[in-house]
Amino acid sequence: MSAESRDAKAARIRRLLETEGDAVAENTKGFNAGRYETVADLEDYEGLKDAAREIKEDAIERLPELVERVTAAVEENGGRVYVAEDAADANRYVREVVESKGAETVVKSKSMTSEELDVNEALEAVGVRPVETDLGEWVLQVADEAPSHLVAPAIHRSRGAIADLFEETFDPDEPLGTAEELTRFAREKLWEDVRTADVGMTGANFVAAESGTLMLVTSEGNARKCALVPDTHVAVAGIEKLVPSVAEFRPFVELLARSGTGQDITSYVSMLTPPVDSPTIDFEDAADVPLSEQAGEREFHLVLVDNGRWAMREDPQLRETLYCVRCSACANSCANFQHVGGHAFGGDTYTGGIATGWESGIGGEGAAADFNDLCTGCSRCVNACPVRIDIPWINTVVRDRLNRGHDPDAFDHLVDGLTPDEEPAGLDPQKRLFGNFETLARLGSATAPLSNWIASAGPVRALLERVAGVDRRRDLPSFERESLVDWFQARGGPSVDRDDAAREAVLYPDVYTNYALTDRGKAAVRALEALDVRVLVPDVPGSGRAPLSQGMIATAESKAHEVRDRLRPHLAAGRDLVVIEPSDLAMFEREYERLLPHEDYETLAANSYEAFEYVYGLLANGADPNALESGDDRPVDYHAHCQQRTQGLEGHTVSVLSDLGFDVTTSDVECCGMAGSFGYKREYYDLSMDVGSDLREQFDDDALVAASGTSCVEQLGDLLSRPAVHPIELIAPR
Amino acid sequence: MSRAALDEFRDAVAAHEATASVVEAAGLRAELEGIVDGLAVGAPLPFDGVSLEGLPVSLDPTPAELEAAEYGVTGAKLGLADYGTVAVRADPAGTEPVSLFCDTHVAVVAASTVEERVDAAFDTLAADARTDRPSVVLATGPSATADMGELVYGVHGPSNVHVVVLSDR
Repeated sequence: MSAESRDAKAARIRRLLETEGDAVAENTKGFNAGRYETVADLEDYEGLKDAAREIKEDAIERLPELVERVTAAVEENGGRVYVAEDAADANRYVREVVESKGAETVVKSKSMTSEELDVNEALEAVGVRPVETDLGEWVLQVADEAPSHLVAPAIHRSRGAIADLFEETFDPDEPLGTAEELTRFAREKLWEDVRTADVGMTGANFVAAESGTLMLVTSEGNARKCALVPDTHVAVAGIEKLVPSVAEFRPFVELLARSGTGQDITSYVSMLTPPVDSPTIDFEDAADVPLSEQAGEREFHLVLVDNGRWAMREDPQLRETLYCVRCSACANSCANFQHVGGHAFGGDTYTGGIATGWESGIGGEGAAADFNDLCTGCSRCVNACPVRIDIPWINTVVRDRLNRGHDPDAFDHLVDGLTPDEEPAGLDPQKRLFGNFETLARLGSATAPLSNWIASAGPVRALLERVAGVDRRRDLPSFERESLVDWFQARGGPSVDRDDAAREAVLYPDVYTNYALTDRGKAAVRALEALDVRVLVPDVPGSGRAPLSQGMIATAESKAHEVRDRLRPHLAAGRDLVVIEPSDLAMFEREYERLLPHEDYETLAANSYEAFEYVYGLLANGADPNALESGDDRPVDYHAHCQQRTQGLEGHTVSVLSDLGFDVTTSDVECCGMAGSFGYKREYYDLSMDVGSDLREQFDDDALVAASGTSCVEQLGDLLSRPAVHPIELIAPR
Repeated sequence: MSRAALDEFRDAVAAHEATASVVEAAGLRAELEGIVDGLAVGAPLPFDGVSLEGLPVSLDPTPAELEAAEYGVTGAKLGLADYGTVAVRADPAGTEPVSLFCDTHVAVVAASTVEERVDAAFDTLAADARTDRPSVVLATGPSATADMGELVYGVHGPSNVHVVVLSDR
């Protein structure tokens, strides 16, 4: 990316932060908080997620059979099924149905699939008037805007902005101010269209193949009316919406609304088997004819849309996207999305973390190129997803493919077939720089302090900014001349005798701890040794986190193999692996599953511990807490790393600090906004700082500041006027 | 259903911005007379010994009546105790439009069909889907939207929902 396009992107993000950021933030943070609250009420949330995942896996596996079954079932019910190859094919079919009815107006309920198809444009082109009846969608239709969210498409507009739009467009008799007034105005206006429309269109959240039953999850009641009032009902749904039967709707009834808007259930969960048995209702020409004598005839068409989905099913990396139930949890739980919204973090149709999968599946990777980098891999969406999709991985894979610049329409270049160390020559210099941070750190350390002086010099920062897009408002890491590994060797290696040791552990010298933040490494050694652990600090390469975050999967994979080889003898000797940097621990425990043979991954993952998880375990097994520093009631503001929290490892740090007498306040933001290299990138600096502002507000006092991740420490340092440390530095004996 | 489950159902109805009352079948007529205070339409109730005949409720209404009515009285196939939900069938008698077009939906449900567990309700719904292939709406509280910047009740569907539980049915 050129310096100019970085600046243009930065300007665009700044504009969205100013115009839409506040409305998006208020809504998405509300949805996200609601999700935490409502899933806590479930007796077996994890069990429901397992069931949901299993249903989708099975359904996608059996898709060809389900398409056949639903076709037979709908025909038996008296309807028709059309499987559309692509958007043009689907639109042609819909247009033919609409024209055969002589329809002037088509009323629609909210359907992301119909947004994907651009059905409205196709209908308008033949003189038919489509009317969106979902209030959010209607706002977008009036404003001629794209959805900014999967579930609440107009959340980027505040009440005031909607009132202004209506005033401008409709010049209403009474001024519109309150949400109540706006809703009433919309309802009355839309009812005129619903009562006279000839065709109603809906989407479907799920389609039961066995009976031809659609599940529609709504709150306004417009989908019920669109399916009921016009005699002809056209439902459009991606083929991935098929499940075997109504029984498979079950877990989603409890999961969908909770995961999306944080409600326990929406007002209406319709399970319609069209053509429905309700009498037809002619408000125009038979207004005084009782329902039992209404003479209309119901007609039903189910348009199942392929539009790239069969190919996604054949693509082992994108296939998981088809499990997506479009609940929006990945967007609501994403710190970047919360601040900038779907007009930056989204493509033509889909928004949020999963949009990378959908947009590249439908339009080729290029369709995700503009927003894919907004996924920082923080993994906060992973536990939020009700079908357990590894959304960060999908983003990484697409980033890798984009780096390689393959034909965007071809899916034959799977990561499995790549040769290590063959990252493409055309790789963006920014990605190359951050992806190869380990090399940089090694060189920087070898030549410190000279390297630090040079790196902080004005002309060098200007060059770094122009060529590699490293924002000069950020401090660069300052490298230590003596690495942690060198220090450990120089002091004579392990200091606890094997015979006296409670356990033996390898402290993993991650790139930051080894070359830059050596203090936290030394503190970890002191803390563990004080608890009678025989500590070793061998020379082990970087985990591959840095290249992986830039989409350099082949390089990350070769790192994983090196790490495995280097650690193998230690693990074989029964040593534990203690990891300070949570993003590296997440590599060992999450991503290595995809990068190493299964047995190697399992051994490594099973024996890896986050530093405080390990200390917690030692104390729980009888180690003496008096060997560590006491907190003496000192207040500490503690921010756990995003990936650490995804792995459920925040509590250990909080618990140990509290037990040692620290007065701990924890943050509740999803991510600090730095997210590895993200906040260093010139085009994302403003967004990163905006995300960080939540943390600044929460830690607006004079307590000690602690954070587990390197980038969180750096971000906090930039946000607050006081330095942040790793919590191990608070408890290690001096 | 147990007393506790009935209480749970009532609480859940209230938690979803609706109201509930519990009467014996013999008391339904008086209960409805107390609730319905304006033009009303209805669909026949599917419970033994219970009927809307003779009440000021238009059965088999016209579209014009549907549009004008303030109250819509229907039966419900079952209830979900956890959510205060009633299952409304889209049947030839017009239960679905009657439940949808009026400002207030009065849903009558038999206590014996209020399921304590969602799983049990789904066993019924899934079995029905296999045989009769009905259309059913699980309706919980009034229609709602937050699309205009704040939560508003009463959008395209009813703004009030009252659930009458028949304790002896």
